[in-house]
Amino acid sequence: MSIKSYRQAINETLFEEMRRDERVVIMGEDIAGGAGCAGEDDAWGGPLGVTAGLVGEFGRGRVLDTPLSEAGFIGAAAGAAISGMRPIAELMFVDFFGVCFDAIYNQAAKFRYMFGGGVSCPLVIRTTIGAGMRTAAQHSQSLYSLFTHVPGLKCVAPSSPYEAKGLLAQAIADDDPVIFFEHKLMYDMTEEVPDERYLIPFGEANIMRDGEHVTIVAISRMVHVALEAAEALAGEGVECEVIDPRSLSPLDADTIIESVEATGRLVIVDEDTPRCSLAADIAATVADEAFTALTAPIKRVNAPHCPVPFTGALEDLYIPNAAKVAAAVRAVMEAG
Amino acid sequence: MQLSRDDLLSAYRTMRVIRTFEEKVAEEFAANNVPGFVHLSVGQEASAVGVLAHLGDGDYVATTHRGHGHCIAFGSDPRAMMLEIFGRDGGLCKGKGGSIHIADVRRGMLGANGIVGGGAPLCVGAALAIKSRGEKGVALVFIGDGASNQGHVFEAMNLAAVWQVPVVFVYENNHYAESTGADYAVACRDLVKRAEGFGMTGTMIDGHDYFAVHAAAGEVIAQVRDSGKPALIEIKLDRFRGHFEGDAQTYRGGGEIERLWAEADCLKIFTEKVTGAGLLEESQLEAINAEAASLIDDCAAAAHAAPEPAPEALLADVYTSY
Amino acid sequence: MTTITALKMPKWGMAMTEGKIVDWLAEDGAQIEAGDEILEVETEKITNVLEAPASGVLRRRLADDGDVRPIGALLAVICDPQTPDEEIDRFVDQFTIEEEAEQDVSEAEPEFVEAGGKRLRVLRMGDGGEPVVLVHGFGGDLKNWLFNQPALAEGRQTVALDLPGHGESVKDVGAGTPDALAGDLLALLDALDLARVHVVGHSLGGMIGHALAHTAPDRVASLTLIGSRGLGTRVDLCYIDSFLAANRRKEMKPVLARLFADSGLVSRDMINEVLKFKRLDGVSAALEKLAAALRDEAGTPPPALPAMTQIIWGTDDQVAPISQLAGVDPAITVHRLDGVGHMAHMEAAGAVNRLIEGFVTGE
Repeated sequence: MSIKSYRQAINETLFEEMRRDERVVIMGEDIAGGAGCAGEDDAWGGPLGVTAGLVGEFGRGRVLDTPLSEAGFIGAAAGAAISGMRPIAELMFVDFFGVCFDAIYNQAAKFRYMFGGGVSCPLVIRTTIGAGMRTAAQHSQSLYSLFTHVPGLKCVAPSSPYEAKGLLAQAIADDDPVIFFEHKLMYDMTEEVPDERYLIPFGEANIMRDGEHVTIVAISRMVHVALEAAEALAGEGVECEVIDPRSLSPLDADTIIESVEATGRLVIVDEDTPRCSLAADIAATVADEAFTALTAPIKRVNAPHCPVPFTGALEDLYIPNAAKVAAAVRAVMEAG
Repeated sequence: MQLSRDDLLSAYRTMRVIRTFEEKVAEEFAANNVPGFVHLSVGQEASAVGVLAHLGDGDYVATTHRGHGHCIAFGSDPRAMMLEIFGRDGGLCKGKGGSIHIADVRRGMLGANGIVGGGAPLCVGAALAIKSRGEKGVALVFIGDGASNQGHVFEAMNLAAVWQVPVVFVYENNHYAESTGADYAVACRDLVKRAEGFGMTGTMIDGHDYFAVHAAAGEVIAQVRDSGKPALIEIKLDRFRGHFEGDAQTYRGGGEIERLWAEADCLKIFTEKVTGAGLLEESQLEAINAEAASLIDDCAAAAHAAPEPAPEALLADVYTSY
Repeated sequence: MTTITALKMPKWGMAMTEGKIVDWLAEDGAQIEAGDEILEVETEKITNVLEAPASGVLRRRLADDGDVRPIGALLAVICDPQTPDEEIDRFVDQFTIEEEAEQDVSEAEPEFVEAGGKRLRVLRMGDGGEPVVLVHGFGGDLKNWLFNQPALAEGRQTVALDLPGHGESVKDVGAGTPDALAGDLLALLDALDLARVHVVGHSLGGMIGHALAHTAPDRVASLTLIGSRGLGTRVDLCYIDSFLAANRRKEMKPVLARLFADSGLVSRDMINEVLKFKRLDGVSAALEKLAAALRDEAGTPPPALPAMTQIIWGTDDQVAPISQLAGVDPAITVHRLDGVGHMAHMEAAGAVNRLIEGFVTGE
């Protein structure tokens, strides 16, 4: 056990899994850095330092810097995954999925099904999500709903260092394509994390806080926003149950429904924009399967229906915060 | 490379099986027995067989939506293929993929692809796998003149050269991308000219002549296998039928198809060459024709008789585990 | 001069910073005896009952059901019936939470010790006297003793360990038999330079303590067995199999519930801790090995219990039914705790602590 950051937890897992299995290779833009340059190798170790040190131990045969060609290398990763390898490809920002989505949703996601079950595609795509760094419209989105929508993909959004390590190990061990969403703002978050390897199963939500009055489902960094709101609300006598789904696909709807059956109220906190979001998806599922348990309408706290603005004051308005979550909780408490 | 009598018989047999298979599919399609769309490769047999004669275990192939010939040439079972095209249980993909997604991944056939050029990046990945394992295989992708202009194909070529992995990019230029001519859509006219721009060698081959294909492709493939570096082949050939079955082909010039059958039929050209040189007897080839006909009739009969997949198949194999 | 005793929020375990009042079990003004259960307190980890530290009248309850108070906070006073209100007022006003003054024992941190080539996590509290070694059961860890170790540490050195395959100790369980683990325990005693100790073992921990007493009798001053298995001829392995099979919260909750007479004691945190432990690489294999060894030994009657043994067993133990006591030598002291389950040392901590204290000092 030691204190690790989200970044370190992920980095550690990559080292561990690459040591365990030589079929694991990692590819992406600047994941080492310095390729074809006169200066240092491992110049960057990833744009946010997450893959630092790997090329030093595993070499450029297994740590592959790529040209800026997502369609090419994400497609190559998909092809490698059905040719006996277990590749981990990095899509630097989820916002870039537009240039390579075919390889993800038409190829990797569908191989097993289209080919009659004769093949598995053990591909992991790590990508970053989230606003808050003033990186503006094309580098700050969350977009996991678009991937969750695709049958054949699994989607995972770890909310802390402990979660990141165990879910990434599971993603790499998993034989299906997994999209692993890392929130940019959490890379420096620290907590106690075991030094040993462990796997956190998919489809198993984590109840972060018990509460009898309202269920809050929160995704990725929003888990912490929800917990902050829950602390404040406890002072007002409102006890919130906070649930981190961990995996968006498969989704542990059972835990959410069980909670709503006890509380009767649901608030969902999702940093993504509202139309066709995960919040909308979860709300529909709960409205369908726990309708009679609900005593108030389901409230969704999303970013607004607009691109992410650049300037700080506006971006801070964009991102769901504890005050907005608390307001939503008070609204459902009042409504029933 | 000198081809033995057995080599010649084998080559002819495979080409004839492909031809017969495709013509049977056309017949069945016309009789409304085949769901969806099919894209047939009649006329392109020499390319498929001549190229794939040089590939085997440890190699990978990806192809286009016009992939039946490539699958058969790489060794897939025609019976299982016919069942797949009919969408029956027992098909190569259990009826879940159909003509456009026909694949045999365990044997290294990474599939026909419904996304034009989709196989190119996949083969870069397969070649990476070969290189990582220290093997001497190749990953070969068939790309049409239409697909040649897709972004991911350009990316795949650059990536293969940058990573130095053993991919063979085989452009089958049959001059038509659906109803649009390559003369219009391909700015540089000869795809082989792109090779240099992407850091690899380019070889032009006449796809009507089995022997030309076999010899030239053989050399390139051996080179790639040996060096581990990618290469490009452009095979100029013709498709004798429409883009899809049911295509009226009004974009083609008058008398074009008749002329192709008369002058550009690779099976006819092969026959003339081998019998003319006294390498094989006509009777041997005719026996093979009959064999092929019988085989394909059996395949069709089996496809007619096979049941459709059970309803449970709908939700099977979305994931390995969920 | 009247005596006023403060009833304070206890510190149970290293992580506890506050507790929530669940239920007062004694009325304001009630006459109580030392050891009576007066207050149910809930923490993140577990809910437990606070016992009266002294006899007298319970006065001035300062917190209500549902209130949260930090550790060390004054919750009520216990005093003589004649104590005037003004004196109680003065006591309450002058009371401050003694942050540092809380016994050193509760501030003890676990450490790692090399014992026979194995790295074991160990928590030592208290000093002097003839040490008490606390050995947890299958799937547990040293934190299982959080209600017992501080109390016992007031009188002597205490040592709680994570067995191999558990907590933060190495995953290597060797042959996985109680004898093998007794060997690890002996190596720990050597590493800590402990010549002779009182062993308190729960469940599998008791079997290990028993094995140690059998193979190294000169090192074991006394043996306390809590709900410890293998004493009868029939060992119930059902619990172990369900524990091994449960890998998700929904599966684990009912399994852990069987450990307690009151299943409400199983908190979300407890389930989470167990799942986090089980996920670690090597743990499942280690536990399987232990289970296999227990299955192998199932038919074999164990060796005789040493003379200096006491057995504590909850009448409502669902994991190791109390009927197993039928075969025990009648000369051995047996304490049956009414309405208590398999985790007697947690469910009836006060009573168990007194029985251990009495046993190790009374000889």
